[in-house]
Amino acid sequence: MVSHTQEEHICWGGGHHHHTHHRLELRGVSAGYNTAEPVLQDISFAAECGSTLALIGPNGAGKSTLLNALAGLLPIWKGEILWNNAPLTAQRHEIAYLPQRSEVNWQFPITVRQLVEMGRYPALGVWRAPCRHDEEIVDKALHTLGLHDLQKRQIGALSGGQQQRCFLARALAQEAHILLLDEPFTGLDVPGSEALATLLRSLAEEGRLVIASHHDLVTATKIFDKALLLRRQLIAYGSAADVMTPDNLNQTFPGV
Amino acid sequence: MNDFVQFLYEPLAQRSLWACGVIGFSNGFVSALVVLRRSSLQIGTLSCALLPGIALAILLFGLFQLSILAGAIIAGLLVGLGSLFVSRTSRLDQDTALSVLHTTAFALGYIILIGLGLQQKVDDWLFGNIMSMADTDLWIAYIIGAIAVLSITALQRPLIIALFDPRAAATMGIPTRLLNYGIFALIILVLVSSLQAVGAFLTLGLLVAPAATMYLLTDRASWLFWGGGLIGGLGAIAAFFLSYPLGWHLGATIIVVLGTLFLLAYIFSPKYGLLRGNQN
Repeated sequence: MVSHTQEEHICWGGGHHHHTHHRLELRGVSAGYNTAEPVLQDISFAAECGSTLALIGPNGAGKSTLLNALAGLLPIWKGEILWNNAPLTAQRHEIAYLPQRSEVNWQFPITVRQLVEMGRYPALGVWRAPCRHDEEIVDKALHTLGLHDLQKRQIGALSGGQQQRCFLARALAQEAHILLLDEPFTGLDVPGSEALATLLRSLAEEGRLVIASHHDLVTATKIFDKALLLRRQLIAYGSAADVMTPDNLNQTFPGV
Repeated sequence: MNDFVQFLYEPLAQRSLWACGVIGFSNGFVSALVVLRRSSLQIGTLSCALLPGIALAILLFGLFQLSILAGAIIAGLLVGLGSLFVSRTSRLDQDTALSVLHTTAFALGYIILIGLGLQQKVDDWLFGNIMSMADTDLWIAYIIGAIAVLSITALQRPLIIALFDPRAAATMGIPTRLLNYGIFALIILVLVSSLQAVGAFLTLGLLVAPAATMYLLTDRASWLFWGGGLIGGLGAIAAFFLSYPLGWHLGATIIVVLGTLFLLAYIFSPKYGLLRGNQN
C-alpha cells in the first residue's frame, strides 16, 4: 500500500525520459572510523536523479567510506546528507546497496527470485506476507533485467553479468531511487562491462541516481556522465568529461 | 531384543527418547544459522570453552541444577572476551592465539573440576549422558527448543537477508548487530542442551552436520531450518534405537548417524552430490 506513492516516480523499462527533481545533497560531510583523523573531510556536492556518478580516487581515498556513509552503514561525524531536503537516514528505503562481487557468498542456498524478493523487505517488514502487488514488482524487475527464465536457478549457477543483474533487479524491486554500487565493473570482461554500462545508464534515465566507486580511469568517461574525484577531500566534481583533466587527475593520484 | 522392548517401557528410556528427539531437533534447527554464517570454527571454540565455563560457574556459584546454563553463558563470555583480547593484540593471527587460549582454558577447567571431585560429572559433560538427564533437564531442553523455533521462525525474513548480505541488510534498516548477538545467544542456549546429549567434544557435530546435510539437498535457505531440525531430531532418535542393541555410547552414536547422513547426501544428492548427473 505504502509503496504505491514511491512507485509512481519511477517508470519501468519504458525507456522514455523521466525528469524528476529528486536531489541528493551532501553538506560538509566528514566521516571516518576509529582513528582521530576523519577519512572523508568536508565533502559537499549535489546530484540529481537521472545521472550516473563515478567515485574516483586511489586506494584509501575514501570511496568506500563515502559509499558507506551514503548507505547509512557508517555514521557521519559532521555535516548532513539530504535527500529532497530531508535527512537521508530517515528515508532508507530510497537506498539500494549492491555489494562487491567478491563479498557475496555465491554458494548461499538462494534462488534468483528469492534474491530479488529480498528487495521487498523495506516495504513488507518482518512479518507482512507479500501480496500480488509485491509479486508483480518482483516479476517486473526480473523481466526488466532479463532474468525471468533464470528465476529458479541458484545464484551460483549464473554468469558474472547475470549475477550482477540479480542484484540490480533486487534494487529495482526495492523501488529505491539511489543505487550504490561498490566497484561493479571489477572482474567483468569487455562485453560484460559494456552491457552493464548500458544498463546503468538506462536505469538512470528512468529516474534513478546511480553512484558507483570506479577505479578504471580510461573507461570512466565512457560509462558515467558525472565524476567525483576524491582524495579524502573532494578534488573535483562535475560532468565526467570536464572533470577528468590531467591537472585534476594529478591532484587525485599524486606520483602516478 | 526382548530386553530392549522391556527397556523401552521404562520411564528412563522414554525420557531419553524424548530428549534425543527434542535436543536433536533444536540443535539441527539452529545449525542452519551456523552453516549459513559459515561460522563453525567460531562455534568450535565456543564448545571448547564450555568445560572451563562450567568449572568457573561451579567455582562461583557451586554445583546446582542450572550450573550448565551458567557455565555456557560464562563460556560465551570467555569466547567473546578472548576474541576481543586477540583482536587487540594482533601480532598473532586469530586462529593461533585462540587455539592457545582455548586449550589452556579447557585444561584448567578440567583440573578444577577434577579437583572439585566431579570426575563422573566431567565424563558426562565431555561425552554426554542422556540417560542421566533429570526431568528438569528435559524441561530445559523443551523450553530451549521452543525458543529456538519461535524466534527463528518469527525473524526468518530479516535473518536470511542479514546472513546473505549483511551490508544491504543494514541499509534496509535491519539491525544486523542485534541479530548477531541474538544468534550467538541462541547458539549458547542450544549448546546447553546438546552438552548433556553428546558432550562438549561432540556438540559441534550436532550444531553443524544437520544443516550441512540440507545444504547439499536444497536451494532454499528457509528449508535449512526445518530440514536441519528434522535431520537432527530423527537422526538422534534413530541413534537411540541403534545404540542399545549395538551397545554403543548414545552420544557418539548420534554423531555417527548424523555424519553418515551427511556422507550419503554428499555422495548421492541429486543436485550437489558426487554422483550427480551432469557435472559442470
